[in-house]
Amino acid sequence: MGGKNINIRLILENGQSFGGCAFGYFKEEEDIVGEMVFNTGLTGYQEAFTDPAYAGKLMCMTTPLIGSYGLNFEDMQSDKARLKALIVRHKSDYPSNWRCEMTLDGFLKQNKVLGMEELDTRALTRIMRENGTMKAIITTKDLSADEIKAKFSKCTNENITKEITAKEKYIIEGKGLHLALLDLGVKTSVLKALQRKGAKITVFPAFSTAAEILEANPDGIFLSGGAGNVDNMAAIVNTAAELATKKPVAAIGLGHLVLAKALGCTISPMKFGHHGGNYPVKSLESGKAYITSQGHDYVVTDCPADIIPTYINVNDKSIEGIKHKTLHVSGVQWAPEGNPGPETEFIFDDFLKMIEEWRLVHA
Amino acid sequence: MPRNLDVKKVLVIGSGPIVIGQAAEFDYSGTQACEAIKEEGVEVVLVNSNPATIMTDAGLAHYTYIEPLTIEFLEKIIAKERPDSVIAGMGGQTGLNLSCELHDRGILAKYNVNVIGTSIASIKEGEDRESFKKLMERINEPIVESVIVNDIETGVKFATEAGYPVVVRPAYTLGGTGGGLADNEQELRETLALGLQLSRVGQALVERSIKGYKEIEFEVIRDSAGNCIAVCSMENIDPVGVHTGDSIVVAPAQTLADKEYQMLRTSAIKILDEIKIEGGCNVQFALEPNSFEYAVIEINPRVSRSSALASKATGYPIARVAAKIALGFTLDEILNKVTGKTYAFFEPVLDYVVLKIPKWPFDKFQSAKRTLGTKMMATGEIMAIGNSLEHAIMKGVRSLEVKQHNLDHKGSKDKTIEELKRLARVPEDERLFHISEMLRRNYRMEKICEITGMDSFFLHKIKNIVDWEEELKEIGFKGLTPELLRFYKENGFSDEGMAGLLNVSAKDIFNKRREWNIHPVYKMVDTCAGTFAAESSYYYSTYDTDCEVALNDKRKVLVIGSGPIRIGQGIEFDYCSVHCVTSLKELGVETIIINNNPETVSTDFDTADKLYFEPLTEEDVYEVILKEKPDGVILQFGGQTAIKLANFLSESNINIYGTKPKQIDIAEDREKFDELLESIGVLRPKGKGVWSTDEGMKVADELDFPLLVRPSYVLGGQGMEITVDKDELRSYLDNAFKNDSKNPVLIDRYLGGRELEVDAICDGENVLVPGIMEHLEKAGIHSGDSISIYPPQNVSDAMKAKILEVTEKVAKALEVAGMVNIQFIEFENELYVIEVNPRSSRTVPYISKVTGVPIINLATRAMLGEKLKDMGYGVGLYPEAKMVSVKVPVFSTEKLPQVEAMLGPEMRSTGEVLGLGKDFKEALYKGFVASGSYIPKSGGIILATIRKREQENFVPLAKRFAAMGCKFMATSGTAATLRAHGIEVEEVKKLAEGVPNILDIIRSGVIDLVIDIPSKSNDIASDAFKIRRGAIESKVDFVTSLDTAAALADVMESGLVIEDLDVYTINEVVGTLR
Repeated sequence: MGGKNINIRLILENGQSFGGCAFGYFKEEEDIVGEMVFNTGLTGYQEAFTDPAYAGKLMCMTTPLIGSYGLNFEDMQSDKARLKALIVRHKSDYPSNWRCEMTLDGFLKQNKVLGMEELDTRALTRIMRENGTMKAIITTKDLSADEIKAKFSKCTNENITKEITAKEKYIIEGKGLHLALLDLGVKTSVLKALQRKGAKITVFPAFSTAAEILEANPDGIFLSGGAGNVDNMAAIVNTAAELATKKPVAAIGLGHLVLAKALGCTISPMKFGHHGGNYPVKSLESGKAYITSQGHDYVVTDCPADIIPTYINVNDKSIEGIKHKTLHVSGVQWAPEGNPGPETEFIFDDFLKMIEEWRLVHA
Repeated sequence: MPRNLDVKKVLVIGSGPIVIGQAAEFDYSGTQACEAIKEEGVEVVLVNSNPATIMTDAGLAHYTYIEPLTIEFLEKIIAKERPDSVIAGMGGQTGLNLSCELHDRGILAKYNVNVIGTSIASIKEGEDRESFKKLMERINEPIVESVIVNDIETGVKFATEAGYPVVVRPAYTLGGTGGGLADNEQELRETLALGLQLSRVGQALVERSIKGYKEIEFEVIRDSAGNCIAVCSMENIDPVGVHTGDSIVVAPAQTLADKEYQMLRTSAIKILDEIKIEGGCNVQFALEPNSFEYAVIEINPRVSRSSALASKATGYPIARVAAKIALGFTLDEILNKVTGKTYAFFEPVLDYVVLKIPKWPFDKFQSAKRTLGTKMMATGEIMAIGNSLEHAIMKGVRSLEVKQHNLDHKGSKDKTIEELKRLARVPEDERLFHISEMLRRNYRMEKICEITGMDSFFLHKIKNIVDWEEELKEIGFKGLTPELLRFYKENGFSDEGMAGLLNVSAKDIFNKRREWNIHPVYKMVDTCAGTFAAESSYYYSTYDTDCEVALNDKRKVLVIGSGPIRIGQGIEFDYCSVHCVTSLKELGVETIIINNNPETVSTDFDTADKLYFEPLTEEDVYEVILKEKPDGVILQFGGQTAIKLANFLSESNINIYGTKPKQIDIAEDREKFDELLESIGVLRPKGKGVWSTDEGMKVADELDFPLLVRPSYVLGGQGMEITVDKDELRSYLDNAFKNDSKNPVLIDRYLGGRELEVDAICDGENVLVPGIMEHLEKAGIHSGDSISIYPPQNVSDAMKAKILEVTEKVAKALEVAGMVNIQFIEFENELYVIEVNPRSSRTVPYISKVTGVPIINLATRAMLGEKLKDMGYGVGLYPEAKMVSVKVPVFSTEKLPQVEAMLGPEMRSTGEVLGLGKDFKEALYKGFVASGSYIPKSGGIILATIRKREQENFVPLAKRFAAMGCKFMATSGTAATLRAHGIEVEEVKKLAEGVPNILDIIRSGVIDLVIDIPSKSNDIASDAFKIRRGAIESKVDFVTSLDTAAALADVMESGLVIEDLDVYTINEVVGTLR
């Protein structure tokens, strides 16, 4: 019957709070703390949930009906959902799609993710728009201000890379170029896209050293997308810096920020990031514009003289892509693999072309 | 790329009269396009034959032509204005076809006119079946394979390759008879044999069946640089098979996973890239529900009804952006006016669900076949926005104005489960309610999915609503708690809808809400799901926590719109609402509009200061009032939809600008109105309201036949008829009281005189009559269906003075503030009042244009207390224009199987065109041309079938046609009369007289015009009805009034030829220099 019970409360860092109904993996005693992020995708919720880049986050969907077409095991972007909580206006209990294998509720239970529904998600989004990215806590308890503060200060995402990167190196065979992929939280669809291009891929855990990677003698390096703040990734940034002088390096998403940092660019936090499948970027070389899929909270804001911006965001004019003037090194901020959202597969072709050029010169 | 500076003067072609399939959406897109072009300093030449549109207002374009939309007239305009460019995709299929024809005939080349936006070559590639098929094959996109066959074997061979089932569609059979689905070879052989036999040309289309596929649409925009975005996806709840214009549509698509969504989006963009669209385009897909298999059904390389819906659903102004692209801009250079911060290269995201439900004319056309199929039948549509689908469904249902506030539908309750199953299987207008009733009776949902082909996702939502309705009945009014009530409101239940289920009044529910403080909040439609601060003020209600409406202390007025387009309440009222808003803005008043029609200019995001996209019910309007606390409400411009709210608002102590509800009631209440007229000495045809058949028969004895009969409180003459004897009267009354015993039937003496009409403005002291309109047809034909002439051609100055005098008397007696529409009959030199509408009417847009009097502006100011004397247009009768204008109605009867097409007191037209000329004949000629009427030529063959008592009257007319070289064919009676008067005539058999009979002759295509003066309408079993339908379906022109026929003779005798005619801008027409 109607009139679902309001049984949990979302408290934002700025003190504002929302009541809602729990679903999915719900343990009354367990408080969930993490960074809030909103996602504007009209479709592709499953791909977003299972994107390792969202590990540890509390994700608020702006699309009001989530779960309409259910979830399946083909569209997973990693082995599981790594969100801490999912916040939706309404969840769908009766999904319909020929590939649907799970309901949203069942999927979250199975992946130990708390769901929260029946709250004004648009109001929540607008608060984030005004206040910027915030931490939040979801609780059943009457926590004091001090208790909440303590929980927030304990919550960090510093070690997130460790959680989501490959535990050890593995190889995906292919007949084309050999790529060393540094796994900062890689999505299945990135591997699939590179595979489709025929590449042989050696996937390295994020904390592999440059020497370990170079030992595999790849034709080029690929820095994947992932989660976290590059300020907390000094080791990986150093590895990237070293690799960039020796091999062609291509990067997307978080990898692009790691590369940028390694090349001396300034990285700054954004007010509320880009999260969704409808971000317009424009090539500064061709003038052509593309709708892209994105998920990032930090952005390149300044480049040294030898770095050239290649793409910008049509709306906020932020830098969406860079390359090095002389080195075979380039990156884009978005997710060219789509899933969710539109693919811009030519980016992979561009990367491979760059690596091929380098190979021809250095072979 | 910056703007193309070679473009200095652009021709924009409108879509012409409102017909089914081409309605107000093109006024919306054309208006937006004109504004977008003007903004760039480019001159706009606009041509549209439809005077009821905003786009044809003087001043919207630089040069506005209300002229026939034919190649000849377009060439005249091009020769006169010498535009350097034309934009093809803004005037619907009409505009597109005309642009192609101008190109094909070398007219564009002759005058050096470039096509901007999507090119003619691209348009043709997208529109032509054969080249589209080739294109799709080239880029490897699947289509629905089909083949045209003349023999069975070819069909079988095709089906073997394409796979069964296949659909057989015989060519040129009426209403697609003889076609059908074939599941295997044997069935195909049978169906095809029959189909080929029935087809006039022995031809049939065999097509791979995509029955049961999901129908998904994408609205896509591409610029000259090849940048391309998908603005919106839409999913039809009705699967493939029902025209998308007749489908309930949800945006964005709900049952597609990202993979499927991206697959179709990619396909759409690939198609646009290949055709090189520069502007908007609609791509329709059929998606197999159980695989990734899909087929491209068709594309529309222009703005469309769907693009209007997508614009309103997302807030993204497609027509505006398409116009900018045509001028050379790329998407990343065009600012998104809604956010004011982002650019047009951006795919809108929605944090709500949008539902469109079509509005069908079956309430007006009782005899119509209601089965929905591949031919669109809806006249209009409503859109509802909610934060869940249930919410949107409930809002949508009450927006339809079908007296339904929940899914508990009386018409479905009365039916057996077998009947409901049958009704669910064949799509028709009330299917939503029938399905609800089946679910209510615990019929298995999965089986309904199977029967209807609808996705279970949607049926679950309907089932949710039905379950909640049933639970509410169990809970009862006493059992309501604040939590429960809030839950129902969150899910879109209206007070009235709940009250109906609980057997209490809406007021009871409202009082509970007030007690528990349960009121809606308003959310913004901003293209970006709240992620940017938007500048638009486009709202919809939810029962969430956070309200986004910013209030201020300015003086503000709420204008109530007119809802979906229907017969009798069309685009004219949107014209009025928009002008009212514009006038209020000029007065410095903040304007708020409520409307639910996505096709209109009034619901454009920047028409009013604030737009509330909400149902036009008492509750929904009242909640907006509670929120905004406007100084007052204006109802006069929203047709009957708005006027209906008068009593409620007045009882709720809301200030209503203009004529007060008490006076409105007097005008609509037969007895009170009679008393009023009598007290001021104004004549009206004798008549009375009666409550039973017996009473009616008694009244008939006091009055003389013929008698005009109609139910009270109606719009567009619904259910009105002329009865000539007691039998007809009795049958009408019996039927009327059977349908509605709670309201009286009005019986009037029918006066067969000249019908005259005025729209007047009254400020309480003075009256201004901008112009008197004379109807060409005698009284008895609905004013909306009559040819109307301004200035009047046959009215004496004394009678004009009398009209003014009576208008002043009536307006003052009714204490009119603002608009009043009065219809008169001049009969034996006396003036009778037949109808008074204390509101704006459908003639206002056209009469405003041809008189040059800004009627709505003056009326709005009068309502707010200004005096006519201070407005600069004087009082009394405004000086007549020198030029003559003739308004000709346009019908959509060919779109509606089994619908009566004879002119009568019931309104049937969907739109109108205007002919403007130096004199009456030129105007009439243009009016006929613009309406697509056939004008007889020497040698033309006229088929006449005239009822007995009119046969003698027909003779002089027949002589005129004969003198001009027309030949006659007629049925026996008419033929005998004609022959007796020495007119040569070939007699044809009546239907019962064997073959070839009159119908066969009409279908054979030899007839040019049918003059059919029948004795009775709406009798679908009669020969006359079949003849009219036969003529419609064979595309043979026909007239059902001798007056109309005489007008055709006038035009023919005038000897006018198109070459001699001039074209005039609207400014030239009203005599002011531009």
